[in-house]
Amino acid sequence: MVVQLYLDLLSQPCRSVFIFAKMNSIPFEFESVQLCNGDHFSEQYGKVNPLRKVPALKDGDFALAESVAILLYLSRKCNTPDHWYPSDLQKRARVDEFLSWQHTSIRPNAGIMLWLKVMIPMTLEKTCPAEKLAAAVETLNETLQQFEDKFLQDKAFIAGEEISIADIVAYSELMQAFFAGHDIFDGRPKLAAWQKRVESKIGQDILDEAHKMIQNPKQMTVSQTALEAYKVRILKLLQ
Amino acid sequence: CGLTCSLSPCVPVSSTPAATMGLELYLDLMSPPCRWVYMFAKKNNIPFEHKQMVLAKGEQHSEAFAKVNPLKKVPALKDGDFTLAESTAILVYLAQKHKTADHWYPSDLQKRARVDEFLAWQHTTLTMNNGRLTMLKTMAPMVLGHPVPAEKVDAAVQDLNMSLKQMEEKFLQDKTFLTGEEISLADLVAFTTAAQPLGGGLDILEGRPKLIAWRQHVEAEIGEELINEMNQVMEKAKAMLGGPVDPAVKEMMKAYLQKML
Repeated sequence: MVVQLYLDLLSQPCRSVFIFAKMNSIPFEFESVQLCNGDHFSEQYGKVNPLRKVPALKDGDFALAESVAILLYLSRKCNTPDHWYPSDLQKRARVDEFLSWQHTSIRPNAGIMLWLKVMIPMTLEKTCPAEKLAAAVETLNETLQQFEDKFLQDKAFIAGEEISIADIVAYSELMQAFFAGHDIFDGRPKLAAWQKRVESKIGQDILDEAHKMIQNPKQMTVSQTALEAYKVRILKLLQ
Repeated sequence: CGLTCSLSPCVPVSSTPAATMGLELYLDLMSPPCRWVYMFAKKNNIPFEHKQMVLAKGEQHSEAFAKVNPLKKVPALKDGDFTLAESTAILVYLAQKHKTADHWYPSDLQKRARVDEFLAWQHTTLTMNNGRLTMLKTMAPMVLGHPVPAEKVDAAVQDLNMSLKQMEEKFLQDKTFLTGEEISLADLVAFTTAAQPLGGGLDILEGRPKLIAWRQHVEAEIGEELINEMNQVMEKAKAMLGGPVDPAVKEMMKAYLQKML
């Protein structure tokens, strides 16, 4: 039986799961959940993930939320090569450390760029207030600096000389800001070099597939239900 | 010390017994993530040197601590030359290194995934919202010199209630513990966050009988001795809340709070 992955490729954690599965040739059924369509509010999806978020996994009767949990589950179940989630305890801890840290750093601080630069104009039909954007950029810069200084340092990848799940997650989360129109690599040669290394491991074919939605975010069409939900979230953001 | 002694050599006061040499845990027990690391290590008799950190004194900003955790946060671990930040990474590292009982981080793939799922989820929900409410109700008035606007506190209460609702309906459901019939890392994390009454005696589980029952199960598993130890720590912390905060720390917190508010 093949696992089902419930994904919206506009979402960073969905891309992480998608890229990881593709790189490891893990067979799966792609179940499309379009957030812009409000698909995650359906009764049907509520049975898959009552938290109403993406990504989600279904393996027979077993349903799982949270991209980090899904990535670890797939790596163990499918016995992916050791470097993805090393059996060496200390290398593994380095991966866990990043996967934990990113929730409250890269995810919100890079992720917000899509909201400020794309979703606000789309939803409220006005540009984001300049000082709000400036503050967000400053916070993101601090996060990028911490990523370079603490997690990357002078290594090729986060856990050492080999790519791991941590790099895939970092890549997807950081690229969200990039695709939103904020060049995080400008003036950051170390980060840019790491990005190139990660992309050459992923390969252009998988990158093209993974990025087909996010590379033109301004072209997304939003349903009325989704629009209303976004408005609420944006107004909270702008307070 | 200058005395003639038949014991040789004299053992310096600061020496670490051989059994605990290597593992240091940098903790401020006012912080929930520090408490759950402490509880896990104690419960599993993992020997460690407790490096007490006082965040209110700004000790996390010292140059010495930056060598342990450049993110300047607690908890942090040092095991020989190996340093590690992030409480959930520390928990999993300790569980695996010390081969603790299987139920803490089950070897069964799906049971383990349930623990991973909760540990991932809690960052931006239960733990974050509880931390925010605690900050607004206790630290903020002390730092700002006046209470926080009621609607800010109400909004924080609402967010925390949503997290508790999800914890009950998505994670706990009709099980004894969050991820199954045995206690796991997930319960320790949730317990430390959800169980401690906040300043003002607010019990965030009030009116939630299912979660209260869960809390009792967790307390029974952890055991009275360790629970009492943690309660004493919390009492000390509450007592400190009226006390002076380091001025530099106060300034940093003011800036942080103003941004938050």
